[in-house]
Amino acid sequence: MSCWQTIQDYGLRSLGIGERLLPRENFTLCEQVTLIGSGMIWNIYFGTLALLAGFFLATAVGLGKGAHNRMIRKSSEWFIFLFRGSPLFIQFFFAYFAFLSLKRLSPVFDPFTSAWLGALIVLFLNTAAYSGEIFYGALRSIPKGDVEAADAYGFSGWPRFRRIVWPTMLRLAWPAYTNEAIFLFHATTLVFFTGFPAWQQRGDALYYANYFADKTFNPFVPYPILAGYFILLTLVLLALFGLINRRLNRHLPRAARRSLKFRMNLIR
Amino acid sequence: MFSYCADPDTLSGLKWLSCYLTTGKHLSFYVSFGVVLLLLAITAPAALLFGFGGAAAARSRIWPVNWLGRIYIAIVRGVPDIAFFLFFVIALDQGFEWMRHQVLCPDWDQPIRRGNDFIVCAQAKLPLGNAPQWIHEVYGFFLAVLTFAIVFGAFAANVLFGAMRAVPHAQLETAEAYGMTRRQTFWRILVPQMWVYALPGLSNLWMVLIKATPLLFLLGVEDIVYWARELGGTANPRFTQYPHGDWRMWYFLALLVFYLGFTRVSELVLDRLMRKLSHGQATTGGEAQRKAAA
Repeated sequence: MSCWQTIQDYGLRSLGIGERLLPRENFTLCEQVTLIGSGMIWNIYFGTLALLAGFFLATAVGLGKGAHNRMIRKSSEWFIFLFRGSPLFIQFFFAYFAFLSLKRLSPVFDPFTSAWLGALIVLFLNTAAYSGEIFYGALRSIPKGDVEAADAYGFSGWPRFRRIVWPTMLRLAWPAYTNEAIFLFHATTLVFFTGFPAWQQRGDALYYANYFADKTFNPFVPYPILAGYFILLTLVLLALFGLINRRLNRHLPRAARRSLKFRMNLIR
Repeated sequence: MFSYCADPDTLSGLKWLSCYLTTGKHLSFYVSFGVVLLLLAITAPAALLFGFGGAAAARSRIWPVNWLGRIYIAIVRGVPDIAFFLFFVIALDQGFEWMRHQVLCPDWDQPIRRGNDFIVCAQAKLPLGNAPQWIHEVYGFFLAVLTFAIVFGAFAANVLFGAMRAVPHAQLETAEAYGMTRRQTFWRILVPQMWVYALPGLSNLWMVLIKATPLLFLLGVEDIVYWARELGGTANPRFTQYPHGDWRMWYFLALLVFYLGFTRVSELVLDRLMRKLSHGQATTGGEAQRKAAA
């Protein structure tokens, strides 16, 4: 079987399109690369949607943590503490079994027990908490002069937030937020190891890499392939976020611009 | 455990719960919390050692050592850590068996990798086929610790490498001016001063390490996650004296609370340590303390 044929059969296997049965023996390199790459679709799906939705909640939580209102401040602090203080791994398990229990009460919760929605919600809340903390830190380090200048120009309320505070907050938070995004994508690999079933063996990249490592008892091929895919994904993310960073910093003199430096913030 | 637990069918309410929570399996569950703490206690210093080695290597002037250190630090970035955990456990196991195979069975003429199998001679098996169960468990735990130490060692190396660069350069130049060799400068000037700079990064790392401990489950150790799944699942009255429905949600809630408490306590302790260490230091933290006291 040629490699092109394999790509046609397994390229979209993780979505359930193409050949139904996974290869069982005589694994070729092509099959491993194709299937693991096919699994990356899930990683990108989880990461992108959680990041986009999480961005808005994170802004709200970051602002909430700095709010004067005690109720809002305390609830934001607890939200951040809850999701940053416990392992994502356990959060996945807990959410899955909680959704299972809810499912027994009402069929409305049926989709929540499958990975595409249930795991997405956990990732969304998790990244909102981590980015919320980043945004809160950025909010506190907005230069005093910027806000005073806004006041002097007669900005207040929503226009001040929209045109001065928020863009500055994003600009300051962006390097840290880039890391958060990268590690969110890495965290998506946990999904199918935490109770959420890979229905009809439609799993993510690590799910397939683990499948091959188990079957061939040779970790030295599938895991480096997975690593290659993730390094590629990381580079793409860095490029995308770098473009946004350029735009956020476009009003600054060249020397004062902060370039993106990839610093790690490790697993959660 | 308690004398009234002899006949669980007659119990109810709190009494039932107290008996239920002290069954043999639950005691293993509590012991597994100890396993987590033991893992942390062994891994943290081991990772620090690996990290120190990595950071020192990355500063070396001999280029192969330098490159080795830099690659070690760099490789963990960009790739999901969980992939490393899954990879190292098999890779280390096969690596050890392969080395023992080379030493113990030099006249073995068949290939080791045959199709989907990895076959070494019987004497090279780790642990030996006839070893008792506890050796298998200890070996599994040892592999897990080594894996954690390697992965977190790379993180620690990154932190320490940064801390070494944060030590004011004038200090090193002064040492050189006094005629110290590179080795002396490293051990007497650089290493004692870097810890203050490294502490924020290392305490962050400790938090991450705590939150990574449930990954032990993936490495095949019977840890808290394993027992929570095992004990929480629906208990059929035919197989157990304490039947109940699907309680896994509550078991994982308990784990969540355990981790939240653990990270909170660590946070408080590390804050206190940082305050102690920055006392009298020429950093903003130390300066703030001095002003507050005055």
